[in-house]
Amino acid sequence: MSEQPETYTAAAEVGAVRKRRTGFERFVMLMKSAPPSAWFGMIVVTLYILVAIFADVLAPYGEAEIHPVPFAPWGGDFVFGTDQIGRDVLTRLIYGARNTMGIALATTFLSFLIGGGLGLVAAINRSWLDQALSRFVDVLMAIPSLIFALMLLSIFGSTITSLIMIIAVLDSTRVFRLTRSVAVNVAVMDYVEAARLRGEGLGWIMRREILPNIMPPLVAEFGLRFCFVFLTIAALSFLGVGIQPPTADWGSMVRANASLIQFAKYDITAAITPLLPAAAIALLTVAVNFIVDWFLQKTSGLRE
Amino acid sequence: MTDHPEANHDILLKMRDIRIDGYSDEQWHPIIKGVDLTLRRGEIMGLIGESGAGKSTLGKAAMGYTQPGCKLTGGSIMFDGIDLAKAKDREKRQLWGTRIAYVAQSAAASFNPAHRLIDQTVEAATRRGIRPDAESRADAVELFRALQLPDPETIGNRYPHQVSGGQLQRVMTAMAMSPRPDLIIFDEPTTALDVTTQVEVLASMRKIVEEFNTAAIYITHDLAVVAQMADFIQVLRYGEEVEEAPTRQMLTKPEEPYTKSLWSVRALEKPEVKGDDIVLSIDNIDAAYGPLKVLHDVSIKLPRGRTVAVVGESGSGKSTTARVMTGLLPPLSGTVTFNGEVLPAALKDRSKDQLQRIQMIYQMADTAMNPRQTVEEIIGRPLEFYLGLKGKEREERILELLDMIELDESFMDRLPSELSGGQKQRICIARALAARPDIIICDEVTSALDQIVQEGILQLLLRLQKKYNITYLFITHDIATVKAISDEIVVMFEGKVVEQGLKSEILSPPFPDYTKLLLSSVPEMDPDWLTNLLENRDI
Repeated sequence: MSEQPETYTAAAEVGAVRKRRTGFERFVMLMKSAPPSAWFGMIVVTLYILVAIFADVLAPYGEAEIHPVPFAPWGGDFVFGTDQIGRDVLTRLIYGARNTMGIALATTFLSFLIGGGLGLVAAINRSWLDQALSRFVDVLMAIPSLIFALMLLSIFGSTITSLIMIIAVLDSTRVFRLTRSVAVNVAVMDYVEAARLRGEGLGWIMRREILPNIMPPLVAEFGLRFCFVFLTIAALSFLGVGIQPPTADWGSMVRANASLIQFAKYDITAAITPLLPAAAIALLTVAVNFIVDWFLQKTSGLRE
Repeated sequence: MTDHPEANHDILLKMRDIRIDGYSDEQWHPIIKGVDLTLRRGEIMGLIGESGAGKSTLGKAAMGYTQPGCKLTGGSIMFDGIDLAKAKDREKRQLWGTRIAYVAQSAAASFNPAHRLIDQTVEAATRRGIRPDAESRADAVELFRALQLPDPETIGNRYPHQVSGGQLQRVMTAMAMSPRPDLIIFDEPTTALDVTTQVEVLASMRKIVEEFNTAAIYITHDLAVVAQMADFIQVLRYGEEVEEAPTRQMLTKPEEPYTKSLWSVRALEKPEVKGDDIVLSIDNIDAAYGPLKVLHDVSIKLPRGRTVAVVGESGSGKSTTARVMTGLLPPLSGTVTFNGEVLPAALKDRSKDQLQRIQMIYQMADTAMNPRQTVEEIIGRPLEFYLGLKGKEREERILELLDMIELDESFMDRLPSELSGGQKQRICIARALAARPDIIICDEVTSALDQIVQEGILQLLLRLQKKYNITYLFITHDIATVKAISDEIVVMFEGKVVEQGLKSEILSPPFPDYTKLLLSSVPEMDPDWLTNLLENRDI
């Protein structure tokens, strides 16, 4: 027969008694358990951030510095050649990291702040406020977002601030819907009721009771939204209302040098030039989503 | 293990030295440590044990299935000449749903809400080509009839949310029965049902299993239930077999001390004490959810330091009464009086002090605690919210509370998912205690727990009541629990109070009709109980 005690003790109900761990110990354990893909993601993202921060030091030339030779080939003074008006492509790529990532990150955060916050309020409140917000969001979503953004940008002018604000507001409609739909399921749980019975305010219930439990879908959405913002900015730049020259940005770089791709049969490196900023976006997207995937796997509690 | 008397009878399932490991805390732990199980055609084996004993894991292993995070590390599972331990997934899939069926605990969570019941019932039989679809459907109607479902001809056209929990559980049995399996595994099929429904479901399950001579493994923690269903009982603990015997022998002469302790749990009984100092009363309450009126003129008085048990089946308005008391559901008319003052009807109008005085403990401790908060945060929040405790003071008080509920410091930074069912409920009790309340409303707090754990929780509640003079409003449908904890009883039926008084008065004749039905539906530890009951009652 078993050697466990025959008497009942509450503390012995679940397996081995575990010692308390500090936050740092848990962080180390978390890092140790990260799969290679997550490590890859973290390293790439860290490198991008370093490049963005130290762009001034790393870039061989000034952001808007124009050299006498347009479309210079790879090698020599210009590692990746120059663009259509003679700016160093490598320099532009490095500064582009700062501008594009900065704007995309700010926009995504802002859209999550607006959409997530209102979505949570709507999910907890469930009264006329929920109706009003949801229908307003429906109205916003009914207008094609690119055309709407174009219109708003021509009203408010193509400054970086208005670009961030407008894309954030338009993107927040999707975040609102997602947040509301997942939060509604959590808002009916007993622990939320228990918090209300305790007399907790709206802010506490939103931040402490509901938000931690809807993080997985929100983080997944963050990874996606972050990448879509690049595309929106690139599309707007293509239409001439996005990031204005001479500010470097990957989206407009692809577009500006796109015609080079037809010279592939003469000079393969020339054809690759417009693909470099595209590759930069792609690599960042992959890296971010690797991290998001790992996070999702951790939080969903699935094993194997 | 004991030898079965008719040793040469046709053996359907023979499990030998089953070993299963489970993965947690980044290593593998043994869950089942070498258990044997033999089942003959037409026999019902009852598997009992507390949660974590491995009974569900063993039940699933009988199908050759292990949950994600578990793996079979040894032993053989011979099902009618096929070793399921070695069989490929494809071979097992051929058997599952057709020759081996599984009836899960929560019928509501196991049905696809988007399909009609009849489509789900016949799916296995039709898709595996056991018989043509039309025949399956006709057969399903017969099964519904045999299971005593109302309107057997048309009930299949409904969607899962359109029938009650007890009916859904029976539809699931029909679904399992449809391909005429050799073996059915019932995994706690009646645990989530209330007693009056449970009797009907048990009766129809037993009838149909006998009718088709199907072998079954019946997993439960309720001894009285297993006594009605099983020919043999096997007791599990810590993944090992404690004892196995024919039902009657097991009930009358359990050999192992552990089995005896399981048998004696239901004996707990608190001597009733009359109380006159009314701490909270609700008077002439009418309440409704939208247009649906659920409470009709309900009045209940809670004497200080006593336990009032509210009994009744689901839908009788027990929980709604609690919601009115807490202010979650403002009543249409009537008043809630606390310590002589009338409380505002709505939660948002009540003061922090009034909220602090009335605390609540929920049935499902799983959903009553935020899965992302540690025990420290869960217990600590009311301390800082109501009492303004911070830092060291707060930590000391948390440790004191943990000590009161018989847990220690090692639980401080655990998440709810790292606790057992009983431990979770203890943490919920500590959270309620942290507010230093006058009244704790306990909504079915023990009904999701095993009997041994239930007893532990009930004794804890009694001890706390004695020490802090707390008043309990104890909502339950289990009469054994009522006997164990209450001073007074309120019987509710269809939103009205049927009877109210001291325990001794309510539990002795003469009974009003409903009280009688309720009392007679509580399973007893007598294998003939269900048979006798059905003869006397004709359901």
